[in-house]
Amino acid sequence: MCAAPNPPMAMLAELTHRCPLACPYCSNPTELAAKETELSTETWADVFRQAADLGVLQLHLSGGEPASRSDLVELVIAAREAGLYTNLITSGIGLNERRLRALDDAGLDHVQLSLQGITAEMADRIGGYTGGFKRKMHVAELIDQIGFPLTLNAVMHRENLDDLPATIEMALRLNARRIEIACVQFQGWALTNRAALQPRAEQVVEAKRTVAEAVERLRGQLVIDFVPPDYYSDYPKACMNGWGSTGLNVSPDGTVLPCHAAAIIPGLEFDQVQARPLRDIWYDGPAFNAFRGTDWMPELCQGCERRDIDFGGCRCQAMAILGDATAPDPVCRKSPGRATLDALLAEDRQGVEAPEYVYRR
Amino acid sequence: MQAEDVPLLPRGVRCHFDTVRKVDVLLGPERVLMLDQIGLAILQRTDGEASIAQISDDLAQTYEAEREVIEPDVIAYLQDLRERGFVHVRSA
Repeated sequence: MCAAPNPPMAMLAELTHRCPLACPYCSNPTELAAKETELSTETWADVFRQAADLGVLQLHLSGGEPASRSDLVELVIAAREAGLYTNLITSGIGLNERRLRALDDAGLDHVQLSLQGITAEMADRIGGYTGGFKRKMHVAELIDQIGFPLTLNAVMHRENLDDLPATIEMALRLNARRIEIACVQFQGWALTNRAALQPRAEQVVEAKRTVAEAVERLRGQLVIDFVPPDYYSDYPKACMNGWGSTGLNVSPDGTVLPCHAAAIIPGLEFDQVQARPLRDIWYDGPAFNAFRGTDWMPELCQGCERRDIDFGGCRCQAMAILGDATAPDPVCRKSPGRATLDALLAEDRQGVEAPEYVYRR
Repeated sequence: MQAEDVPLLPRGVRCHFDTVRKVDVLLGPERVLMLDQIGLAILQRTDGEASIAQISDDLAQTYEAEREVIEPDVIAYLQDLRERGFVHVRSA
């Protein structure tokens, strides 16, 4: 590393891995942290203060389902006291009017509500949780009544991508300010269900058309962010906006990761907040420095005009697909690994009927 | 957006002084915007009461600048923030 790293802007706090849903696309690791290993309220509050001192501006409270933590309101109070912009990433299950009003009083800034489908039949099937959709819609109404800014996070894949126009309409109906159309990224548990979730090529073309049209039509009314299905992309995503450059992730048990899937990379040494100050972990932690900057990059990426655009792509994807975390992301058309990815994609597309999901339980 | 529109920062959007980077920032849903002096001057006057025309008057007076130059800049700036979800417009 030549230049000193910048301070982080954002922290994802995975408060728990517990979740009432069983989504086949879950991007959390296949091995989840048990409840007994979760950080205490006090430790999280201390981590939030350390994060703010370090330069973090935005805190994302995530999981699992963060509402599964009985101390969620206290955690939001602690986050706001630390001066952090506080975003709750939730399925809505575990929230009710009393709890939402308490979160309002605690100063919660924003809610990101996940959406598994636009009908109860679809959403409950994907989430593996009967009655979940009805409860989610009730929570969405309460969010609107209270006045929280709302982002709808619509997780899209082969089974529901055709419903994209109606999904955007639902965001408008729920008074969302923003919709994130998040096509499934194949990390963690989602890899198990890759063939069942992989969209078809014609669905991707249609989705891009729908998004482009909606962005124009709803300009100034609804912010639309689109995360494309990256196996269909020519170039990799700028994963984490560059490893160890902008954000960090704290797991339920206090392990600090450069991204939430990083634990799959063998040989990386992770620190825990219980053992080391967050500042030292960010600046000097071996895992953060492993792929920071450009020194680690293979020649192909070093000499590429997109080096500072996508930073060589996703390390965890290189690991998952090629077994080599130092390889260029296999999504990249210039990468020798692309052939492997294309073979997987061809395999996924062979099945006319999507295979059954393996639910996360 | 037009001169008579009244811009406002909706709930969930706020200015914040970043003590680590020593810079003013605008915080919004999953977005952070670093503010320069001009941006900050506009947003400090974006109180949900003043119209773009009034904001421009005030800026022209404060900075002794040409009002005709300032107003289009203010409109362009707020329009961009509106498209990114940071600014709403009060309906007349």
